[in-house]
Amino acid sequence: MKRFLIPLGLFFVLVGFLAWGLKPGYDPREIPSPLVGKPAPLFELPQLMQPEKKFSPADMKGKVWLLNVWASWCVSCRAEHPLLVSFAQQGNLPIVGLSYKEVRGGDNFKVPEIETAQSKAAELALGLQRAETWLRQHGNPYTLSVMDIDGRVGIDYGVYGVPETFLIDKNGVIRFKQSGPVTREVFDEKILPKVKELEKS
Amino acid sequence: MKRIFLILSLVLLSASAYAKEAAPVAADEAVEKRMVAISDEMRCLVCQNESLSGSRAELAQDLRREIRTLIKQGKSDQEIMDFMVSRYGDFVRYRPPMNASTYLLWFGPFLLLVGAIVALVVYLRRRGGRVEETEASLLSAEERRQAENLMKQSGDKQ
Repeated sequence: MKRFLIPLGLFFVLVGFLAWGLKPGYDPREIPSPLVGKPAPLFELPQLMQPEKKFSPADMKGKVWLLNVWASWCVSCRAEHPLLVSFAQQGNLPIVGLSYKEVRGGDNFKVPEIETAQSKAAELALGLQRAETWLRQHGNPYTLSVMDIDGRVGIDYGVYGVPETFLIDKNGVIRFKQSGPVTREVFDEKILPKVKELEKS
Repeated sequence: MKRIFLILSLVLLSASAYAKEAAPVAADEAVEKRMVAISDEMRCLVCQNESLSGSRAELAQDLRREIRTLIKQGKSDQEIMDFMVSRYGDFVRYRPPMNASTYLLWFGPFLLLVGAIVALVVYLRRRGGRVEETEASLLSAEERRQAENLMKQSGDKQ
């Protein structure tokens, strides 16, 4: 009898590991960000509605805010967008949009081999137009949006898939990162409690 | 057989016809070589089973461009690795570093090996004891002598 207990025990250990791998909400493709707990990387990028003006995360000092990485070509962004809009209407906290590779991220755009000031300006103009149209169609939840036209800032933030959302505290430290679309549950269970806690400090 | 060979060769040939060589982006060969060597050590974040050097994902192209820029800025391989790890975490490295969270990964196999050796030794000792016991209980000294004689005899005949 005893000799059957050992394989049976091993079997249950295996079942335990498999159950762990299948637990709901666990995504093996998700990469934990090393940026959580570190200062948000600084940048200066032109704003969507006023491209002559620049925005830097330093401007948000003293505020708890969300940085949402989005693009008009990103399908999952459409899924999370209504939620962002309703969240913004409740006025919980400012959301800054980072328009990520608006033009070159989509189809049918070949990045020129040698980029000139002229090609960059043309790409930015096209990006501004597309991003603005998309926000007009789907609603604009953002306090402001910035244009990361070549995705360089995205690299600094470790962006590997759009949408991504960062929660940044009053001192400019990243406190939470959501890879992939934000859901109601993520908002209610992860983001909002953290926001309350951070706003107290 | 011939037909199978024909079909197989057709399939293989057509595959090679589709594969297109990626156009070299950087003209500088030395930079390109170093970039490939570095990005071979990194995992693509999008198609997570491919190396950064082999991936056609757009992010991989961006990151390879970034590595080229860093090389041209005179950064060392280690600095470039640190640049990537600080943004994407240890996940980008194909060789996991040794730290508190990876000790089990590094030493786990040896633990298993030691455990298996201990289990084997314990098992063999126990079995050895049991074999002796059974041998002792089966035959008396007299019977054993008889049996040995018989064995000898049959050995002589051969």
